[in-house]
Amino acid sequence: MAFAAFATTEAQPQTARRKSPIALFLLLPGILYLVLFFLTPLISLILTSLQAPSEFGDIGVYDYAFNWQNYVAVIESYWPHILRSFGYALLATVFALLFSYPIAYFIGVKARRRPLLQSLLLVLVIAPFFISFLLRTLAWKQILSDESLIITSLKALSLLAPDAYFAGTPFAVVFGLTYNFIPFMTLPLYTALERLDTRYLEAGSDLYANSFTVFRKVTIPLSMPGIVAGTLLTFIPAAGDYINASRDFLGGPDTQMMGNVIEANFLVLLNYPAAAALSIILMAAILVLVGVYVKRSGTEDLL
Amino acid sequence: MSGEVQAAAVLGGLAESEELEDRRGPQRPRRRRIGLGDWLLPVYVVLAFIFLLIPIAYTFVFSFNDSLKSNIAWRGFTFDKWLNVCNVEGGAVCEAFGNSIVIGLVSTVVATTLGTMIAIALVRYRFRARSSISLLLFLPMATPEVVLGAGLAAQFLAVGVPKDMLTIILAHTMFCISFVVVTVKARVASLDPALEEAGRDLYGSPREVFWRITFPLLTPGIMAAALLSFALSFDDFIITNFNSGSVTTFPKYIYISASRGIPAEANVIASAVFIVALAIVVIAQVSRAARAKRLAAEMT
Repeated sequence: MAFAAFATTEAQPQTARRKSPIALFLLLPGILYLVLFFLTPLISLILTSLQAPSEFGDIGVYDYAFNWQNYVAVIESYWPHILRSFGYALLATVFALLFSYPIAYFIGVKARRRPLLQSLLLVLVIAPFFISFLLRTLAWKQILSDESLIITSLKALSLLAPDAYFAGTPFAVVFGLTYNFIPFMTLPLYTALERLDTRYLEAGSDLYANSFTVFRKVTIPLSMPGIVAGTLLTFIPAAGDYINASRDFLGGPDTQMMGNVIEANFLVLLNYPAAAALSIILMAAILVLVGVYVKRSGTEDLL
Repeated sequence: MSGEVQAAAVLGGLAESEELEDRRGPQRPRRRRIGLGDWLLPVYVVLAFIFLLIPIAYTFVFSFNDSLKSNIAWRGFTFDKWLNVCNVEGGAVCEAFGNSIVIGLVSTVVATTLGTMIAIALVRYRFRARSSISLLLFLPMATPEVVLGAGLAAQFLAVGVPKDMLTIILAHTMFCISFVVVTVKARVASLDPALEEAGRDLYGSPREVFWRITFPLLTPGIMAAALLSFALSFDDFIITNFNSGSVTTFPKYIYISASRGIPAEANVIASAVFIVALAIVVIAQVSRAARAKRLAAEMT
C-alpha cells in the first residue's frame, strides 16, 4: 500500500509547484520530529551496538567505545536465529503471495462490474486488522491446540499422526506469520490488478495463447508492481516479528527469531549492545535485500 | 519487466482514463466455455475468506464464554463478561484499554497535523533536498518495528528519559507520520487547482481560500489518515513494549497475560472495538456511495 502510494503520487508531474517560505514552515515541524525520533535513534542504536561493559558498573551499564567485536559475538551466538528469521519470513511471504493472488484477482478483475461486492470484499480483507493482532494469533493457537476439535478429529480420521502437535513447531510460526500479514499482500496486489486492462488478456487468447500462457505472460508481468510491493510489505514486518515465534503464542524454544532475541537482550538481560548490534544487522540485511530485489525485479521507479 | 510490457502498462493506464466506459461496459460476446476458472475461483475465494475470518469469529464467540480465570475451554454461554467488563483483576483490562485510547488519540492528533503539513508542502511547493526528505519519510515504513522500538529505547536510555506514557506517545507519533503523509498526499495531488483559483478570483485572501476551500476538500483524506493512525497506534505492540516501562496498553496486557491465560473480558473489548471499527468503515463506504450518487444526480 505504502509503496504503491509513493509510486503513484511521485510519478505525476507537478506543474504548479511554487517556491515559498511557507514550505519551510509546513515541513520543519514534521521533519524535525522524524530527525529527532527516527534518525537520531538509529544513530544511537549504532553507538549502543559498539558499547563495551563499564569497568566498575553494574549489569546493564555500558560505556561508549568502538567495540566492534559485539557484532562478531552476536553472529556467533545467534546465527540460527538470524537464518530462521529470514527463512521463516521468506516462506511466509511465498505462502501469502500464493494465498492472496487469487483473492486479489477475483476482487480486482472478476468483481469489477459489481462495485458493492468489491468494496464489501475489501472490507473483509482488512477485517482481521480490526481485531487485536495478539488475540488473533492466540485464537489460532487455541483453535489448533492438541485438545481442540480440529486436531482431535483429524487424528481420529488418521489424517494426522497421533503424536503430532502444532503449537511450538516451525510450521506453526510460519502459519501465524502468513496469516497475520495476508492483508499486506492482498491490498497492493488488488491495487495492481484493479488497473489491469482485460483487453490485453483477450488479445493474448486471440493470439492462440492458452489461459496459463496468458496468465504467465500478461497477467503476472502487468501486476508486477503489486507483487513487489506486497512481498516487501509482508517480508519486512515478518522478518522482524516476535509475537508469532514467542513461546506464549505459536512458537517454542526452537523457533525463536531475531525479534525474540533482540527483545530478550534489551528488556530482560539488559544487554543493550547485543540487542543494538542485532537490530543493526536486521536493518542492514533488509535494506540490502530490498535494494537487490527491487533492482532485479526491474521496478526501481517504485521507490 | 521488459520494455514492451511497461509500455503496455502505461498505455493501459491511459486507456483507463479515456475509455473507462468501454472497459467497464458490456464486453463483446465471447465463446462461452465452462472453464475450470468459472467455479474454482469463486469457491476458493469463499473458502479463503472463511479461513481469514476464523480467528475473529473465535474471539467473538469466546467473549460470551462463562469462563473462570483463563478462557480456553468452552463452559457455557453468558452475557456476564459484556456487562461487567471492568470487574476482572481490579479493572486491569479497562485501565490498559483506557491507556491505549489516550495514547491513540494524542498520537493521532499530533501525527495527523504534522503529516498533513508535510503532505501539502510536498505537493504544492518547490524546495531543496526533496529527495532526502522523501527518503526520510519512506524509511520508517521500511524499518522493522523491532528496530524502531529498540532504537528509540536506546535513545531514551542514553538521554536518561524515564519510560512512561509520554515515551509511548512520542514513539507512536513517529511511526504514524509517514502513513499520514502517504494518505493525505494522494488527496492533495488529486485536488482540482481550478477550485482554489476560483476562490482567489473572487478576492478570497490566501487564508480564506485555504480554510474555506482547500481544507474542506482535504477533509476526507485527513480523516482517513487519522483513522489509519489511530488503528496503527491502538494495535501496536512491538514498539510499545520497548518504550512503555510499567505503563500497560491493551496489546501489552494481552502479551503479559498470555502465559497465564487471557480473561474473557479482553475478548469483549477486542470484539467491541472490532464492531465499532467495522461500523465506521461501512458507514464511510455507504455515505461515499450515496454522495457519489447525489452528485451524479445533480449533474444531470
